Amino acid sequence: MPFRLSFRHGVHPPDSKRLTADVAVRRMPFPAELALPLRQHGGKPARLLARVGDRVERGDKLAEADGFVSVPIHASAAGTVTDVGWWPHPDGSQAQTVRIAVERFSPQVPRPRIIPRWEGLTPQQVVEAVQRAGVVGLGGAAFPTHVKLLPPEGTDVHTLVVNGAECEPYLTTDHRTMVEFPDRVHFGIRVMMHALGVDRAVIGVEKNKPDAIRILRESAPDDLDISVEGLTVKYPQGYEKMLIKAILDLEVPSGKLPIHMGVVVQNVGSLACIAEVFQTGLPLIERIVTVSGPGVRRPSNLIVPVGTKLRDVLEYCDGVTDDASEIILGGPMMGSPQPDLDAPIIKGTTGVIVLTERESKPKRSYPCISCGRCLDACPMFLNPSLLGQLAQAARYEEMETAALADCMLCGACSYVCPSNIPLSQMFALSKAALQRQRTRVA
Amino acid sequence: MTEPRLELTASPHLKARDSTPRIMWSVVGSLLPVIAAAIYFFGPSALIVLVAATLGAVLTERAFGPPGSVWDGSAVITGLLLGLTLPPGLPAWMCFLGGAFGVGFGKLVFGGLGQNLFNPALLGRAFLQASFPAVLTTWPTWPSEQANWWALRGDNLALPFMTPQVDVVSGATPLGLMKFESTPTELWPLMIGNVGGSLGETAGLVILAGGLYLAARNHLNWRIPVSILATVALLATLLHALDGARYPGPLFMLFSGGLMIGAVYMATDMVTSPVTNRGAWVFGIGIGLLVVAIRSWGGLPEGVMYAILFMNALVPFINRATQPKVFGRGRPAAGSEAPA
Repeated sequence: MPFRLSFRHGVHPPDSKRLTADVAVRRMPFPAELALPLRQHGGKPARLLARVGDRVERGDKLAEADGFVSVPIHASAAGTVTDVGWWPHPDGSQAQTVRIAVERFSPQVPRPRIIPRWEGLTPQQVVEAVQRAGVVGLGGAAFPTHVKLLPPEGTDVHTLVVNGAECEPYLTTDHRTMVEFPDRVHFGIRVMMHALGVDRAVIGVEKNKPDAIRILRESAPDDLDISVEGLTVKYPQGYEKMLIKAILDLEVPSGKLPIHMGVVVQNVGSLACIAEVFQTGLPLIERIVTVSGPGVRRPSNLIVPVGTKLRDVLEYCDGVTDDASEIILGGPMMGSPQPDLDAPIIKGTTGVIVLTERESKPKRSYPCISCGRCLDACPMFLNPSLLGQLAQAARYEEMETAALADCMLCGACSYVCPSNIPLSQMFALSKAALQRQRTRVA
Repeated sequence: MTEPRLELTASPHLKARDSTPRIMWSVVGSLLPVIAAAIYFFGPSALIVLVAATLGAVLTERAFGPPGSVWDGSAVITGLLLGLTLPPGLPAWMCFLGGAFGVGFGKLVFGGLGQNLFNPALLGRAFLQASFPAVLTTWPTWPSEQANWWALRGDNLALPFMTPQVDVVSGATPLGLMKFESTPTELWPLMIGNVGGSLGETAGLVILAGGLYLAARNHLNWRIPVSILATVALLATLLHALDGARYPGPLFMLFSGGLMIGAVYMATDMVTSPVTNRGAWVFGIGIGLLVVAIRSWGGLPEGVMYAILFMNALVPFINRATQPKVFGRGRPAAGSEAPA
């Protein structure tokens, strides 16, 4: 076991979590209208089932999984489907979206569902139940959870790593989940361990959340081997490969997934969600979202129905300050800025961060002075300084040989660059350019 | 709710506070005590030399550099560092010319900040040394023999292209004394700067303090000065043990000549030193070896300038040979050459 649980390199942005760290989760009222995109997860978008004019109950299926790496979309409130068409998506594009006019006086009680008795289920049946409930990773990437539950033939899974690091500044959704719903987290771990056939689980939590570490330790069930580890506070500690390095001191090889090392990583929020699936029968139709940042009047942790528009969420938090200038979905390190307040909260939305002119004012760029700070920051041990020069010269093939594929766009290099060179943005564009070249060739 | 005017910028949306101009100006700030020591030791001459060299550097940057680049502070550093490597009695017009050459041919012709291969200040000094070898090696003696602090230590105000009148008492530097007359200098005066030499050569302890300040703020890579000084100290100890009369001891080696200012301020120039930390060790050890070799067996009493310039030329190769091992690959990425 390493002396301190961490990975090498990384950066230390101010965590700014105090705004919402101790704010209890509140349930937001149902908005007047919901917008549910068919593409809310990694993999194929869901296939549409609903038609305009359909009356739906809370939890009804609107679209079904299209293949194995896909999940269905459910109605997050009772109402009437008013439109199916293009609508602003949080990734900045337009996407096929089902809009629902929410019934004003509905009790919003979900249609009674059969709750599967998970103990008797085979791992295969657990996988199916999780897919049916539309569960995806709630840590931000929104990869379908059930896919990770089905290791490829011949892999021997030995450890379930539970991601409670939450290394992005401002965000406190995982923190509040661990503090307020520790039993759900443990129940989710129990189901997961059963499905995966592993007998060891480790929860990794950054040490800036001592209350979460204490509560998870106290509430851990006696009959399971669950340990809770305090991790060094460092960005990007919550990235799968860094988390596995910190907890198990294993280095996931380039181009491979954690499963190749016998490890499955799940976010605490996803586990709490799985617990709800097997305890209440409800699919993934709401999630905890941190609304924070210097530009929001009442920073909060909210349970938000999936599909709630950004505008409604911000209004519920008493709106934004006069100097608010940029709204980020996700954390401030990797999140995407929003051009349109009609874009909805989707399954993978961890937070809504409102920045003011002070933070979002563009800063002047200078030439690279080879200070080497990006090399010290890069958790993947790349040479961002060199990659940046190659990107500026549009030498994408050479970037590929310089291991661009290993870059996960965490933004640590851009964060430290004293010359304000938008390195991670350049790398994202270079990856896209390479992708285009490949599709042209194919 | 009032609709905010939304901006769209790329992630990350947070930035560390440090910036390139901030690093540059903090280097300038850390030089102030060194400058103060130079003025204390060498009187108004020091001020004239420093101002002339800095003006040469800054005006060249202003005239030929990209708009606004004067404010990034790099030209000021070049001018000040050049000034600190010059003898106090050097005519102002030569100092100006050196600063202009350093920035013009040492940096701007390569494409400006970040593009140059050689340290601009040292290139300026090498140019002056080649052009005016005689005045560049005329050292006034330390003020204890100088009656008046206000007196100039040389013909600082000589008109351009005129041969300066040398009518001050001149003496040799400790390294010159050692090399050509085998006369060692006492250590304590050497460390606090009580000796003849260039403006910034003399106050070793003050320079070291500036280096500590910069290292603490992460404005210089501490591995470079540490490896240079350690290499020199180690080699000097070995040679001194072999032949104590011919080779001076480690403390003399460390605090004489331009080694301190070279190790702390010149070799650590981020642009012209390796970008990798392993490369920084290689770079520093190389400089240390060359300094001792030139001083011990070369024709010149001092070799810091050439040692650093030589290692500057090797930086692209050092960078290529010391690329980090990519996480999950166990080896460096292929094709790690900087674009031409």
